[in-house]
Amino acid sequence: MKRAAILVGAGILALTGSIAAHSGQRAAAAAPVAVNDAAVMDGLPRTLAEFGFFADAPAQVPAPRVIPYRLNTPLYSDGAEKLRFIYLPAGVGASADGEGLLEIPVGAALIKTFAFGEGEARRLIETRVLLHRADGWLALPYLWNDEQTEARLAVAGARVDLVTPRGEAISYRVPNKNQCKECHGLAGEVVPIGPKARNLSHEWLGEMVTRGMLDRVPDGADVLPLWEARADASAADAARAYLDVNCAHCHRPFAMASNSGLDLRWEQRDPAMIGIMKRPVAAGRGSGGLLFDVVPGKPEESILAHRMASAEPGVAMPELGKATVDPEGVEAVERWISGLEP
Amino acid sequence: MIRLSIVALALASAAPVLAETIAVEPGEGAQERLQEALILAQPGDEIALGAGRFELTDGLSLDVDNVTVRGAGMEATILDYTSQQGSGEGLLVTSDGVTLRDFAVENPKGDGIKSKGADNIVYHAIRVTWTGGPKPTNGAYGIYPVESTNILIDGTEVSGASDAGIYVGQSSKITVRNSVATDNVAGIEIENSRDAIVERNFVSRNTGGILVFDLPNLPVMGGGNVIVRDNLVAANTTPNFAPEGNIVATVPRGTGVMVMANENVWVGQNLLYDNPTAPIMVIAYPLPFEDADYNPYPREVTIAWNAVDAGGTDPQLDGAEQLRAAFGGALPPVMWDGLTDGGAEYTPLRVHSDLKGWSLNLTEQGKDMTGAQPGPLEVGRPAQPISTDGWGASAELEARLK
Repeated sequence: MKRAAILVGAGILALTGSIAAHSGQRAAAAAPVAVNDAAVMDGLPRTLAEFGFFADAPAQVPAPRVIPYRLNTPLYSDGAEKLRFIYLPAGVGASADGEGLLEIPVGAALIKTFAFGEGEARRLIETRVLLHRADGWLALPYLWNDEQTEARLAVAGARVDLVTPRGEAISYRVPNKNQCKECHGLAGEVVPIGPKARNLSHEWLGEMVTRGMLDRVPDGADVLPLWEARADASAADAARAYLDVNCAHCHRPFAMASNSGLDLRWEQRDPAMIGIMKRPVAAGRGSGGLLFDVVPGKPEESILAHRMASAEPGVAMPELGKATVDPEGVEAVERWISGLEP
Repeated sequence: MIRLSIVALALASAAPVLAETIAVEPGEGAQERLQEALILAQPGDEIALGAGRFELTDGLSLDVDNVTVRGAGMEATILDYTSQQGSGEGLLVTSDGVTLRDFAVENPKGDGIKSKGADNIVYHAIRVTWTGGPKPTNGAYGIYPVESTNILIDGTEVSGASDAGIYVGQSSKITVRNSVATDNVAGIEIENSRDAIVERNFVSRNTGGILVFDLPNLPVMGGGNVIVRDNLVAANTTPNFAPEGNIVATVPRGTGVMVMANENVWVGQNLLYDNPTAPIMVIAYPLPFEDADYNPYPREVTIAWNAVDAGGTDPQLDGAEQLRAAFGGALPPVMWDGLTDGGAEYTPLRVHSDLKGWSLNLTEQGKDMTGAQPGPLEVGRPAQPISTDGWGASAELEARLK
């Protein structure tokens, strides 16, 4: 019955789309001052506005208790500008236990908006939300309309034609609800990926403690290099940070690519597990005729670099979340492989 | 009337979720409509795919338990991925208790249908085809269950896979039967898996017919308890078109049934015809490896009675000419590399007296063919029939076919 209600609701929304868009505009103008906790905790809100995460959503001005953050080394998403926020309800704080994921309580949410273009030309494409509900995390994608007034739930995802900052015209993929889980799935549960203490700055973590939203700044925080300052980091740190952030949500035990036997997490120190002289198992044509994932000193013979440098479905890695090659990432990983002792 | 009102009451209270059939037809917006149906389905629902061609631009995925996806027939309902722009496979299943039946997948850019961590799954009357025939640019696997328990693959057809047509990896309790695997590098491959029954399949025009492999450096290892029986394995003479780097790229064309690094494998009652390198090959993992938990050797392999037309009449092996000459024109049908970890007295295989064999008599694993001293195979005869109790898919999966 619940589902029937959702489907009926979707039908009504579709019929009255123009009215909904209109009311969305009004809502934005009225600037809600508090997040709607009921929407975070239950249902499948059809519009992003229902959550009240933003005082001004088109301008990405957050509501109170919705705090922006950045990651030292971010996931590559075709060069999208990514605006990240964490929402913590009043009275509950996150806790930090070591360098890994912050423990984020039920009732909280992570919000990430993907945008292309700068200044006046900035266009919001999608906003993904991760809601921590009583029965676990739920990932939902919201697609912005052309007028930039409203973002609507797109459980089946979408494709949007756009031009990347590097000038590549692409068909950008907004992931569907299941694809969210392909990256966010771990041992059958949906979990956040980004907010790991090691990839967050001391300054931001300290500020969260000051605000009473985090218990402490843990040991091991802020160790991943700042991506734009990676030249100052070792080749290994820059590459391993990149692989951790871009690959290890799948390539680790209990995640989507566990069967590959490849574990690209930052903390993995076994050479074979991170691909050094490891043979592929299910690479298919992704192998590119190469024999090993990583051949020390020889990026041109390493499947890892080969697949990162491809944009072709079936060869390209990551399989989801990007349509173009990240030359900076390829460069960082090739530099690391070049410097590995055979 | 009384009964009707009871039904009405039950509907009104809506405590039990009633299984629904959700129809999805091809045409405009098929990608979003079908994906939305797969996401909004509830356990017990059936998604009925209409006849026709679903033109898809992205991979589809199913993550709801106990859902059936049923087409109008493997020639009538086609999920066409010719214009696929993203994802590593056509359809991905990550939930348990799923039944996939009566539809086709054509030209996926990566794998055809992958089910990962998806227990109790049935693939029935599914077709996966790369319509351009064997090409290295085709996707790797057609039907691809991995890290799963209890798998029934029945009445499927797969052709064109650049790795294995039907590939079951890191799984257990597996039945692959009544299926047709043609024009792939490997027809059917059971890899790093246990308790598998491979029976009554037609496996032809592949590079290698049926492979039973175990590979190192994987989360699940120790393949074994596999029976390969009553299959027609014929004319597997397609040149190997797998991209190098994949283990199947090392399989010589003309291989019928190949067993590598597995224990307790029984190969019997198959018709093996025109597999000109080796109708049956039993070997150790051939490459160097570093993995203390991995056993590279075959153990307890039985080659029972099989109908074989000839042996290695045109083997794709180093020194083929000398080998053929040494064995009087053709190699005997059963080939062993001679490697074992059981000492000089132990032979890991037993072979029916009707079948002749030969051995490379290698002495060291991971050294390629270096040191081969080919000679006749001298091993024991099959003893007790193998017990397959507890192997294969469960009766519950069988019941879903009715």
